[in-house]
Amino acid sequence: MIEFTLWDILRNLLLAARWTIVLSLIAFLGGALVGMPVTMARISERGLARRLAGAYIAFFQGTPLLVQIFLAFFGLALLGFDVPPLAAAALALTLYTSAFLAEIWRGAIEAVPKGQWEGARSLALTRFQQMRFVILPQALRVGIGPTAGFSVQVIKGTALASIIGFVELTKAGTMIVNATFDPFRVYGLLALFYFALCYPLSLAAKAIEKRMAHH
Amino acid sequence: MPFRKIGLARRSRLICRADVLNLALSDLTDHGGLFLKGAALTLALTAFAILAGMLLGILGAAGRRSRLAPVRWLSGAYVELIRNTPFIVQLFFIFFGLPKLGVKMSSVEAAFLALSINLGGYATEIIRAGLDAIGKGSWEAGFSLGLTRWQTFRLVILVPALQKVWPALTSQFIIILLGSSVVSQIAVEDLTYVGSFIQSRNFRAFETTLVVAGIYLCLAIGAQLLFKRIGRRLFAYAEMAR
Repeated sequence: MIEFTLWDILRNLLLAARWTIVLSLIAFLGGALVGMPVTMARISERGLARRLAGAYIAFFQGTPLLVQIFLAFFGLALLGFDVPPLAAAALALTLYTSAFLAEIWRGAIEAVPKGQWEGARSLALTRFQQMRFVILPQALRVGIGPTAGFSVQVIKGTALASIIGFVELTKAGTMIVNATFDPFRVYGLLALFYFALCYPLSLAAKAIEKRMAHH
Repeated sequence: MPFRKIGLARRSRLICRADVLNLALSDLTDHGGLFLKGAALTLALTAFAILAGMLLGILGAAGRRSRLAPVRWLSGAYVELIRNTPFIVQLFFIFFGLPKLGVKMSSVEAAFLALSINLGGYATEIIRAGLDAIGKGSWEAGFSLGLTRWQTFRLVILVPALQKVWPALTSQFIIILLGSSVVSQIAVEDLTYVGSFIQSRNFRAFETTLVVAGIYLCLAIGAQLLFKRIGRRLFAYAEMAR
């Protein structure tokens, strides 16, 4: 057995934390990108688009993230790819994030009073212009806090990528446990690492929400 | 576009694809009993975790509003620690880490404990918000009847506070139901575990997982309806008062 000092454990966790951050960024940015058209479909004037977006959101909010990751992993393999775990995890987390962000953003847009739409329409703006210049700037105030808050869920969600073998924080922690037989200390440290990543974001989200509520 | 307007070629292609899926799904019918058992364990774990988690949440919320500062800090730290770490790490810490301290438990016990503690943290925060939404007058009404602080909390404040946040609580319950899939990783034979077991036999990984996802979706939708009914029952007095 190799001797593992506390520093060895910390160093390995630090190195692995990079991958947690990379995966979180991919998922969050990808999720935002996919989430925008889903939001627009969800509040579209066309019934079919609304229903499809609704079903999309219901699926990703109504099934476990772990199962979604498995589906991406096995589904990509079915298409004949030799799937790297990062790709499967990134795909699943992106779609998962997009569904939740779409729901948050729909709520934010619907929180804008109806009179704003009517006012914009009375200025002969097109629906796109109403959205772009009148509704979205106001919805942004409502939506930005919960959006920042959801980034914490994304970071925590990336821990499940360990199950399909992607070496991020949690997987690294498990590997270190297998070498050191010290699960108490390693999983405790692992929790602290996640806390260090998530807590500042939680605080920021809370501060943003408070600030937006005051205006 | 309505189905009848889809061209014949496309329609038959759709049907073809459904056939392929059917063929694959027929491999799964032998395992109906296993799926049922897995789903039952998932539901049982969730139900018990909700009961224990709510108890923790009510105590935690009371702690957040305690007059003793250390109690407030402790329950605050509990909430932040739970909400800012992944459930899988909490589960691993409890199942693999605690035995180092001499606390031995089976995987099902560890899963129950982890789910309860996790829900307890979120429930504390949600119920605290409910308490904040109850006006000072209710507290004063309790005191003027000669009730103690704890009695007022339990008999006057708690139920209306829970009613205010019931929708948020139920969505947290659904998150616990879905999050419980992670306990398959410590070999608790829940629905997700059963899915992994079956696919190791029939080599139909994607189809099996799709079925598992479908069952979870049904459970989640069913649970949502159930919680709505329970809420109506639990807060029936308020409906009458309205």
